[in-house]
Amino acid sequence: MLALNYRGPSRLRVSQKPEPSIEHPNDAIVRVTRACICGSDLHLYHGLVPDTRVGMTFGHEFTGIVEEVGRTVSSLKPGDSVLVPFNVFCGTCFFCQRELYGNCHDTNPYATALGGAFGYSATAGNYDGGQAEYVRVPLADVGPTKLPPDMDLDDAVLLTDALPTGYQAAEMAGIKEGDTVVVFGAGPIGIFAAKSAWLMGAGRVIVVDGVDYRLEFVRRYAKVETVNFHEIDDITVHLKKLCDGLGPDACIDAVGAEADGSWFHRITGVFLKIQAGAPTALQWAINSVRKGGTISIVGVYGPTLNMVPIGNAMNKGLTLRMNQASVKRHLPKLIEHIQAGRIDPKQIITHRVPLEEAAEAYHIFSNKLDGCIKTILIPPSLQH
Amino acid sequence: MAIHSDVEGWGVDKNPADRPAVPKERTPPRAITPGLKRPTQQRPRNEVLVSNEHAGITRVFGTAVAPRGLSGIMRRAAFRYSEGDLRHWLILLAADRVDVVEGVIDDLRHGHVPNFFKEMGWKAELRHRPVRGVLKLAVTFGGLALAAFALTRQTRKRTYFQRLLKH
Ligand SMILES: NC(=O)c1ccc[n+]([C@@H]2O[C@H](COP(=O)([O-])OP(=O)(O)OC[C@H]3O[C@@H](n4cnc5c(N)ncnc54)[C@H](O)[C@@H]3O)[C@@H](O)[C@H]2O)c1
Ligand SMILES: [Zn+2]
Ligand SMILES: [Zn+2]
Repeated sequence: MLALNYRGPSRLRVSQKPEPSIEHPNDAIVRVTRACICGSDLHLYHGLVPDTRVGMTFGHEFTGIVEEVGRTVSSLKPGDSVLVPFNVFCGTCFFCQRELYGNCHDTNPYATALGGAFGYSATAGNYDGGQAEYVRVPLADVGPTKLPPDMDLDDAVLLTDALPTGYQAAEMAGIKEGDTVVVFGAGPIGIFAAKSAWLMGAGRVIVVDGVDYRLEFVRRYAKVETVNFHEIDDITVHLKKLCDGLGPDACIDAVGAEADGSWFHRITGVFLKIQAGAPTALQWAINSVRKGGTISIVGVYGPTLNMVPIGNAMNKGLTLRMNQASVKRHLPKLIEHIQAGRIDPKQIITHRVPLEEAAEAYHIFSNKLDGCIKTILIPPSLQH
Repeated sequence: MAIHSDVEGWGVDKNPADRPAVPKERTPPRAITPGLKRPTQQRPRNEVLVSNEHAGITRVFGTAVAPRGLSGIMRRAAFRYSEGDLRHWLILLAADRVDVVEGVIDDLRHGHVPNFFKEMGWKAELRHRPVRGVLKLAVTFGGLALAAFALTRQTRKRTYFQRLLKH
């Protein structure tokens, strides 16, 4: 089958690879119908995630058709159309029993801090991902969710990560009616976090990014105010001025390890890797939020250390919330929102690219060319 | 309070009880079929490295790429240290770089010369940012050519020097 094949930082190709097979009685083999590229894939693509092995196939956001199921699979059968949450989770461990599906303890031998995830290095369990024609989906009775009959595939694939993560980011910000919320990052996650902040009753939503076309999109799509940090001398002071001099009630970090905006953090975090990525947005969030406010982090950082002003967070009495999204937990609610027309996820898709052209697609997404916000890779069988 | 009638769905989830992740920890889990049993033990198809913070191998795991070569030796060494120990991650990051070199060697051994230009998606760069793209290529190849020139000159000098020594 054709599959993405990682060769090194900023290098990948799509080549032939053996088809996956059932390795555990609760596995399913899924034929991929849609696979997205995510901001998280960029951290792999740029070589920032330890134990990313040459030859791996990325892709944790995909939908597909069940081809084959293992002996003990009871909830799926061949031919079912499914969306597959990016988390690989067991449903029965201490953490899954508490609905912390993003923190499963029984699906990733390589690390305890991180649960299992598709196509996300050995550090997330050594699973191959969905940027391929076929993928092994373990624990088929737990993760995969059958598509509601009227659901568009493009909406469905955004339910595997981007929309639930954005929604959870807003939820972790503890929004109360009338709150002012600042979202750092106008990528897919930030866009959905901003939209979700409104659903939770925010009084004001401000999105910060450094890329104009993305700010323009989120302004239109989510009806928010925007700030381009490149045009601002000191973003902390600016945000405080915008918010009664005190600062916003909550800040969301939807940027993660590859933040722009500080040469110091770029050099130490991204180029030299002395810290686990550039914590620029997180630093801005902590320093601009009002005292007693809440910081919600979904941006991904590496496992070593980051220079974060934790002293300020303590002095200001902040609440810090963060996690990998617990995707399955949010699905019923989000499906309801989509069906009611409150959220139209597929509008953020700007690029539909044949799987074979993944190298170009990654280059475009990574360098923010051609107005790119969200890219879907389409496997050969579905290209017409 | 500000009611945003222009925003579709404003405030529908303003009551925390309507938010699916409140409270943070919720038992029993709603999305999971009741009566689900702990998964049976998967049998390893290739070498699996296990964090020493785990009691043992997990019931389920991926088998995408096994450790191999020098990078594999380094990865195994990294797993002697816990996730809380910086050495664990630094050795893994170093192993990743070695793996890249081993990947190129492996390609060449299989008679495949990796096309860096294509693998880096440079066609897209030239299509969308032609000026910057061409400049960057010129700088890269110019640099490589210069380095090659300097190296060959050095070797030529050395052979001249060696010839002198012989006499
Ligand atoms: N926690 C989770 O479960 C989860 C799930 C998915 C993605 N993520 C993470 O969320 C982050 C965003 O994902 P995405 O798909 O939207 O990625 P993306 O790369 O498309 O978006 C990131 C955006 O941040 C902007 N940015 C850079 N520096 C900034 C700064 N200092 N301030 C404000 N904005 C800045 C960039 O211009 C870009 O538009 C990534 O780190 C990704 O790994 C986390
Ligand atoms: Zn993702
Ligand atoms: Zn679990």
